[in-house]
Formats: sequence, structure tokens, C-alpha cells
Amino acid sequence: MAAALPAGRPADQFRADAPARPGHDTWISAIMRWLFIAVSLTFLAALLLAPVATVFAVALARGFETYLVSFADPDTLAAIRLTLITAAVVVPVNTVFGLAAAWAIAKFEFRGKSVLITLIDLPLAISPVISGMVFVLLFGLHGWFGVWLEQHDLSIIFALPGIILATMFVTFPYVARELIPLMQQLGNDEEEAAITLGAGGWMTFFRVTLPRIRWGLLYGVILSNARAMGEFGAVSVVSGHIRGLTNTMPLHIEILYNEYNFVGAFAVASLLTLLAGVTLVVKNLVERTGYRGH
Amino acid sequence: MSFRKPSVLPGFGLTFGFTTFFLSAIVLLPLAALVLAAGSMHWSELVAVVSSPRALGSYRLSFGASALAATINVVFGFVLAWTLVRYEFPGRKLIDALIDLPFALPTAVSGIALTTVFAQHGWIGRYLEPLGIKVAYTWLGVTLALTLISMPFAVRTLQPALLEVQRDLEDAAETLGATRFYTFRRVILPTVLPALLTGFTLAFARAVGEYGSVIFIAGNLPMKTEITPLLIVIHLEQFDYRGAAALGVVMLLISFAVLLTINLLQAWGRRRQVQAAH
Repeated sequence: MAAALPAGRPADQFRADAPARPGHDTWISAIMRWLFIAVSLTFLAALLLAPVATVFAVALARGFETYLVSFADPDTLAAIRLTLITAAVVVPVNTVFGLAAAWAIAKFEFRGKSVLITLIDLPLAISPVISGMVFVLLFGLHGWFGVWLEQHDLSIIFALPGIILATMFVTFPYVARELIPLMQQLGNDEEEAAITLGAGGWMTFFRVTLPRIRWGLLYGVILSNARAMGEFGAVSVVSGHIRGLTNTMPLHIEILYNEYNFVGAFAVASLLTLLAGVTLVVKNLVERTGYRGH
Repeated sequence: MSFRKPSVLPGFGLTFGFTTFFLSAIVLLPLAALVLAAGSMHWSELVAVVSSPRALGSYRLSFGASALAATINVVFGFVLAWTLVRYEFPGRKLIDALIDLPFALPTAVSGIALTTVFAQHGWIGRYLEPLGIKVAYTWLGVTLALTLISMPFAVRTLQPALLEVQRDLEDAAETLGATRFYTFRRVILPTVLPALLTGFTLAFARAVGEYGSVIFIAGNLPMKTEITPLLIVIHLEQFDYRGAAALGVVMLLISFAVLLTINLLQAWGRRRQVQAAH
């Protein structure tokens, strides 16, 4: 559909089914096989593993104590706090939205459904810079509501509300995207049985639907959280980069890096890298449950 | 025909209403503001902004490097997907899981890490330097960053497609005396062609808008290593909102064109599958 990450399949489905194939045990086959594996591993090592290893190598270059001390910097702590606050607002809102959107789209047939799905995917196809810019155009000093906001002494751009809005824009499809195919695949039979037997709507949702989608929901929430905490472009446009006030962790990384404080920059980066690692682990655990719909 | 089919399940009004309200408030209205801001410009002013030499230079880099990155990803993505689908080797599952890392890793982290690895004294950069290859702070670095962040899109599109390739057809081709290359060209390639094109388009779409990872490795010289999203940010920082909006609309139009292409490609791929089944 949109420029979103195509859903991964459970790893088991990719297992090579390798019965003995006539004519395939030749030395050419063996060479091809090792060539493909070697090229794949080299590509990934240069592009993925070297950068990830660098994050930790630089962060720990002056020893573990210097690494820990870099988190004592008040500006770094403020950036971590701001990122946590932003995620704490954005992720629950996006979760509620994702559940509502998935219920409406997966449980009912209505006209214009595919248009609605495309529109939900829209933020994934838009440059993060544009995602931030739209809020500057609305609420910035020279934006549509800029004068009104200034008269009432309210600030959205270069302040927390702008950061939250931009992050919400960028991350809002993730929970919905996880849940829609899953709920479509699970079908309506059990919910219809519950309603027919006299259960209320909320009770049906909490007692019948939620237990069946909980793994997909978990991954959607974790992914949404990782993207919210890591968002750079959109937040960079609306934040104003005020040290200790409107710098999230990714923006603080940029400042430290540009000041040649590499240990500090990579120390903060190492936290976000660990978060990405946790996200991948959860994804694989969820896929192993076989709960994901695609 | 009514708007929706009747159902015994409750909650359509509530969930549909909330979904459309939230979508409109957070996404659609702000995007409309962008289009209106660009539309409020005088026509000649708009053309002057979007066709200035600096803007044209940024399109050249953004679209050129994205196309190159998407091409690299289709080639290596095919090799990777083939390796993961066809071969069994130690660590295969780990490698398969790692493919998604660029998607979960914040772009700023990818940016500073890649720059460090490929800088003059970096782990890989120091071996490229004597060969006269400069990656960091050149268009090569931009391409590399875009390749990294768009890689999962190509691999994850190709994997399911490669699973669809019918092994018996390959066997039949080889039994009938076809060479490996001929089998690849006439049996495997036609089956995965829609996925290759979709993977290219998805990777391209992701790469064109990328900002965070690129600005660290690019060097950001106007006309040379300045991508379009950065030019938008520069306009915004100078409070030239309308200029920024004009460039934003150009990028938005291209995003829509790419989205349309993806949908058409996927429809084409489904049609081919149906035909092949008959």
C-alpha cells in the first residue's frame, strides 16, 4: 500500500526446504551458495554491523565510567526526560487510535475503506521534514495561528506541544497497521457469538477481541514507541533545539556530535540502539507465537 | 447501496468517527495547510523557488542518490533474500531478524554511526582513503545512508516473492538443458519482477524523504551535497515559510506519484499471479 515496511513473515516460513534436488549437488552449486552467503554477510557487515558496533565502541572508548558519567550531564538527562514524556503521551494516544481504526476497518464493510487505509498510511510516505513543517505552518510565529497564539501567550512550536504533535503525526499508523490485517484474518465469528449471547460491546472487546490480538498489539505499541523515541526530522523542525528544554534524545545526539563530544553523543545513541534491539527481539517473539496475520 | 453493510457488532459509529476525526485533525488538516500555504504564493514566485539552481541541485542529489540506493538495494536485496530463503546456514535466523534493524534504529544514530565508520580514519573509511574513494561528506555517503535506511523495504518485499518461485519449473528448465543463467532469466526473474519493482519503489519512496541519517554524512554543501529536505529546513530556519511549503509540495507530489506507482505495481503483480495460476 503506502511506502511502509512490508510485513515480515514468521522466520519459519523462510526456511529453505531442501530435499535432495537432482543435479544440484555439483561444485557450481556449492560455489554459488557460498558466494551468495559471502556477499550477503559482507553487505550486512559493512552497512549494519559496523555502524552498530561503532556506536558502542565510541561510547565506551574512554572506559565504562566515562560512559556512565556522560549520562550525568543535566542537558542529557533533560533530553531523556523529554523523550520519555513525549512517548508517554504519543504512544497511548496512538494505541487508542490504532484500536479504534482496526475495529472500524476490520470488523465492518463500508464504502471508501481502501481510501481510509491509504490515508492512515500517508504519514509513512511523507518526508519527516514535511511532517514537522505542516505544524510550523499552522502554529509557527509566521504561521496561520501564530499571532493568535502569541497574543494568548501560548507556544506550540519550539515547545512540548509541537514536539508531541509532530511525533504523533509520524508514528500514528504503526499500531493500526499491525492490527488491521491481524483482525481481518481473525474474522468476526467469536465477537458475533459473544454479542448474540448478550455480551455488551466493551465486554466483547475486552474479553474476546483483546486476548486474541494482544501479541500483535504489543508489537505495534513497541514499534510505535521506538519510532516515537527515535524520531529526528519532524521533531528537529518544530523543536527549536533549545538545550535542556526542547531537545529530545536524537536532537541532543546531534548537538553533542556537532560539538565533537563523541563519547556523549554515542552514549545517548547507545541507549536508542538498545531500544531498537529490544524492539527487534519483541518482533521475533511475537512472530514466534504465530499471532501475526501476515 | 448503503454506506455500510449491516452487522450485529456494535461500535462502528464510535470507532469510525474517532478514526476519521483523529486522522483529519492530526494528518489531513495540517497537510491541507501546507498545500494552501504554497497555493497562496504568486505563480511566478512559486516557480522561482522550486526551479532555483539550488533547488534543482537538491532534486538532482535527492532523486539521483535515492534511485541509486534503491538500485543497490534491489541487487543486494535479491542476493540477501535469495540467501535467506534458499540456503540454510548457521546464524540465518539472526541475519533474518537483523534485516529490520534500520527500521527500528533512529535515523540520527544511523547517521553518526555510518559517518564514523566511513570517515577518513573510520573502520572502513581508512581502507577506502588510499584508493582515492571518499565516502563521508560526498554524494557517495548520501547514497550509502539512503541504502542503509531503505534496505529492509527491498529485502522484505523480495522474500515472499522468492518463496513463490516454483522449484519444479526451475528443475524442469534445467532438465530440459537450460543453463543456470537462462533459468534465472526466463523462470525466476519473471516471477519476482513485480516484487523487484515494488521493492525498488518502496525503497526509493523511503529514501527520497530521508533527513536524519543523511545530514550527518552529507557535508551539506549547497548545489553539491544538499538534499531537498535539508533545503526545506533551511528555508524554515530563515522564516521563509512559503518557500519551504513550495518545496514541500513538490516533494509531496512526487510521494503521491510514487504511491500510485506502488499500488499499480501491486495490482499488476496480483494479476500476473492469477494468470499464472490458470
